[in-house]
Amino acid sequence: MRKYWLTFPLLGLITQTALAAGDVNAGKQLARQGNGQGATACIACHGANGEGNAATGFPRLAGLNADYLAKQLHDYQSGSRQNPVMQPFAKAMSDSEIRNVAAYYASLDPKTGASRSATNQTGQELAMRGDWDATIPACISCHGPGGRGIEPEFPALAGQHASYITSQLQAWRNGKRHNDENDLMKVVAERLDSNQINAVAEYFANLSPVKNDSGNE
Amino acid sequence: MMKYFILITTLLLWFSGINAAEKRDYQHELPSSPDKAPTFTPPPESAIPDNEFGRMVRKGRDLFINTQQLRGKYVGNDMNCANCHLAGGRRADSAPLWAAYTMYPAYRGKNDRVNTMEERIQGCFTYSMNGMPPPSGSEVLTAMVTYHYWLAKGAPTGIALQGRGYPKLAKADKEPDIRRGKQVFDAQCAICHGEDGQGRTAEGQVVFPPLWGKGSFNWGAGMHRINTAANFIHANMPLGKPESLSEQEAWDVAAFINSHERPQDPRYQGDLAKTDKTFHKHQCYYGDRLDNHTLGNQAYGNPLK
Repeated sequence: MRKYWLTFPLLGLITQTALAAGDVNAGKQLARQGNGQGATACIACHGANGEGNAATGFPRLAGLNADYLAKQLHDYQSGSRQNPVMQPFAKAMSDSEIRNVAAYYASLDPKTGASRSATNQTGQELAMRGDWDATIPACISCHGPGGRGIEPEFPALAGQHASYITSQLQAWRNGKRHNDENDLMKVVAERLDSNQINAVAEYFANLSPVKNDSGNE
Repeated sequence: MMKYFILITTLLLWFSGINAAEKRDYQHELPSSPDKAPTFTPPPESAIPDNEFGRMVRKGRDLFINTQQLRGKYVGNDMNCANCHLAGGRRADSAPLWAAYTMYPAYRGKNDRVNTMEERIQGCFTYSMNGMPPPSGSEVLTAMVTYHYWLAKGAPTGIALQGRGYPKLAKADKEPDIRRGKQVFDAQCAICHGEDGQGRTAEGQVVFPPLWGKGSFNWGAGMHRINTAANFIHANMPLGKPESLSEQEAWDVAAFINSHERPQDPRYQGDLAKTDKTFHKHQCYYGDRLDNHTLGNQAYGNPLK
């Protein structure tokens, strides 16, 4: 009898974990076809493989942390993150759909590539060392080695489109984005000037999203 | 009349002498800079020369920022020098190296003799890094000292500079409180240092250092003092948000952080009460009984010993 007492809570735990992790296949379907209830296909903007779009500034989602992605969608739902395109889509999604689509994008290979251009020195300096004269800590002191993220709170930046990083830092700087914990990103973004934002965005965009031995660091 | 005056003065001097002897603190707090102290700006990194000397400066800088390179050899915990000396030791009010360099050799109550800069850095390895001191003349120590020296280029010697140590907070309005400190910790610190204070790693690297436990600084490090930690925290934490906590919050969270077990004081020789009495006559919880546990009683070891 004791055995059964143990089994049921365990089963419950397993089911809950599976739910929390999200269903990759269901997420894939939603990403490709939408949910028919107001959330259209993600791939229309974020690309067939979650690669995003540098020209339009739509972020790469492939390989990002599932909990980070889910939080962003919930924040769009609640309005703590604002975007006229994303908010209606997020509001049209259920909690489980959010979990599923987040799990799907997290499961995708971010398509690593070698650095596309020369290292931006100003950006590298900011990323690795910061600009302490302006009380700007090094980006990697929160976003982790190589800017590959300390998940889920501090998202990966490596290999993200420069256009997207730039737009987000500008949004934090001018108060349009504010869904970070304790204003940790806001206070730093406010101290960055536009040249620094562009430089650091270019630096991270040229890094590989997964660890490699290219000596980029 | 004069006779009484001399008598009273003698008695006063005598009493203060006794007092000084009894209260001699083996762990002097990092002195903060006096008012009107001269300011100083260290040279930019771009000014490091491209020669053998510059190579040693860079080596020292790299060791200072990524001290974990020395893990297992001289470093026994998860800390890097730059965790407590922000901006690679450049930042004023974050115990900058340029302000330390010009004040050595100096007498230190901690070991009751005059210490050179080398010995002072060795002390950091013994206590803050819970490790072993790199030997005098070793490349590691030479690189560290060279980096200090280069940062202090042009600074006046023997004069306390503005920004030295951590700015000293006024005595807390209310006695520092561990329970209130936990609330501050949960709200402001846990996102980086973890709810259990054990820091966070990524890809095998320590990104946010542990604040207590076996991977943190030991019971002999200056930071285990509630006042030193409060001073550091108020001026420097959360990272990127200096002076955002109230002074009371800094005091309380410093008390909370330092109310946990950490590696043993290296001067401990089997008698906690004696170690406490001899070396911990300052504002700390070492040897104190909190929640049915005497701190220091279950301290962690030194993995390099």
